[in-house]
Amino acid sequence: MSKALLYDATLCIGCKQCEAGCAQQNKLPYDDHIAAEDVTSDHKFTTVMTRSDKFFRRLCMHCQDPACASVCPVGALHKTANGPVVYEENRCMGCRYCMVACPFGVPKYEWSKVLPKVQKCIMCPDRVANGQPTACAEACPTGATKFGERDELIKEAQVRLHDNPSNYVPHIFGVEEVGGTSVIMISGVAFEEFGLSPAKLPKDPLPIYTYRVLSRIPDFVPLGGAMLGGVWWITHRREEVAAAEAEEKSKKDGGTR
Amino acid sequence: MKFKFTFWKLVFAVIMVAGIYATAVRFAQGLGASTNLSDQFPWGIWVGFDVLCGVMLAAGGFTLTAAVHILNIKRWHSIVRPTILTAFLGYALVSLALMFDLGRPYRIWHPLIMRNPHSVMFEVAYCVMLYTSVLSLEFSPIVLERFKMEKALKIIKAVLIPLVIFGVILSTLHQSSLGTVYLIMPTKLHAFWYSPLLPVFFYISAIAVGLAMTIFESSMSSKYFGRQLELPILRELGRVLYIVLWVYTILRFEDLLHRGMLKQVLVNSYEMRLFWLEVILAMIAPIVLLSFRKLRNSPGGLYLIAVMVVLGFITNRLNVSITGMEGTAGGHYLPKWTEFAITAMIVAAGFALFGLAAKYLPIFPDEKEHDAAAEEPKAVPVTAAVMTNAGD
Repeated sequence: MSKALLYDATLCIGCKQCEAGCAQQNKLPYDDHIAAEDVTSDHKFTTVMTRSDKFFRRLCMHCQDPACASVCPVGALHKTANGPVVYEENRCMGCRYCMVACPFGVPKYEWSKVLPKVQKCIMCPDRVANGQPTACAEACPTGATKFGERDELIKEAQVRLHDNPSNYVPHIFGVEEVGGTSVIMISGVAFEEFGLSPAKLPKDPLPIYTYRVLSRIPDFVPLGGAMLGGVWWITHRREEVAAAEAEEKSKKDGGTR
Repeated sequence: MKFKFTFWKLVFAVIMVAGIYATAVRFAQGLGASTNLSDQFPWGIWVGFDVLCGVMLAAGGFTLTAAVHILNIKRWHSIVRPTILTAFLGYALVSLALMFDLGRPYRIWHPLIMRNPHSVMFEVAYCVMLYTSVLSLEFSPIVLERFKMEKALKIIKAVLIPLVIFGVILSTLHQSSLGTVYLIMPTKLHAFWYSPLLPVFFYISAIAVGLAMTIFESSMSSKYFGRQLELPILRELGRVLYIVLWVYTILRFEDLLHRGMLKQVLVNSYEMRLFWLEVILAMIAPIVLLSFRKLRNSPGGLYLIAVMVVLGFITNRLNVSITGMEGTAGGHYLPKWTEFAITAMIVAAGFALFGLAAKYLPIFPDEKEHDAAAEEPKAVPVTAAVMTNAGD
């Protein structure tokens, strides 16, 4: 069974304990200055955004069928059976296709380094493998970020929306978007205000869009080869026939050659 | 003549010095110091121009080898060698440009052993790698002839046709796949350019640019290397280009119609202006000009049309890779001077290498042929032509 996070923005008090816990777990620097940064970056894998008195957390969504993993030519990113989408920096050659492909703009690059790597939330894979919650979920004092089984968390989100419909916008983010994600989100204000547009995201996993084309290649290669060979044979055969006919004709004409 | 020569030498020297300095900045201080790339714009002109346009501009190689060797259009033979040279240099320079763009260029070989067949980039990497090898083999007779290595020449000649077929397949795959790369970004790329037909568009436009580049480079060769202009061939290429452009234009607009975007392209916006710049340069203007007999038959007219097509499709590639993304990225990307300097250095290196090759290698073999034919009129012309041409 795959693990997931449920983030309930209505329970979030903007204390940023998740940010601090994440920084500690990933050995990243963390101070007031970094806490004030609104966006995720190569040194900040999760952020709590503030819009007037509303808070909303952003982090890697850990897609069920991640675009980043599908586009990586060297397989440096992959989805684990547990749920986390992890990164093997020793494989990465730095083409940055993952950054371009991610519909949530999650992977970040160490632009200032001479030998950079991609940085993003990897959902504490070691902790998850040991049955522990992620560092952010453990740090959360209000239960706004909750760790658990994906199926159960979706059910819980449905219950919360059902019991308190006036508190929430009627949508559970991450159930269907781009084929589903391992971070499930519910909110009291429109997701669009925090840069997530459920309406614009396709329900299909994004890798389908490229795989539809790529999967035709194995058929195309022999077919194309045979076709080009056939055309070559026809165009050259025509010439041979013409040459042979001409020769025969010249022989008939007297064989003077 | 002498002044002109030193002037271009000076321009070349300035570009090289700036490029070498920019190279030092790039490798000593990293991508952040040497580019305006950011998390919003992870890909800039090194991908959009150097790689996407570089591969597109080198498409004449497969277009012309297919026409001459597969379709057996013998009368185009004399322009195959310069086209193969352009293609070979193009791919070599694309690989060089990648070394600047990759965050860790020393791992460029990783796809050889770390494979992800679901990745378009992986497929492109393999195709480009294999096709560069194919091109170097297609190019090798020129070098082998120069050094009179008959045995090796014989081997290449024996495998030429399968080699050409392999090259055409590889080109078809990766030229179209560079469009497939963008299929995974339905939420990011502006709807003027995002289409399920992107791979088809990239492929057809590569053929158009391949033809246009052949006209362009033939005109340049006649101007700067004192080559006799192959006007009858260029006229025929122009006619094929006319058809290819029509096919492309009809498909592009039919696609916009199907996706309900046809009204949008008439509403003024940043993207709308870029779209029409591309459409006018790559489609409308060349098609109109090609329909005038006087223009499509004159060297100057053909040259102008070729330059327009090339610039138009460069605009297209930049729209797909950069400007079409600006709307969703929220901001603009303008390359840093170092990005321009390195791109200019690579382009200048291409021109210089072409010039050197034209000077020291038998790139234009037909001149001798013409002379020979003039000396011994009609002496076994068929076999002679086949013999001298077999190696290309």
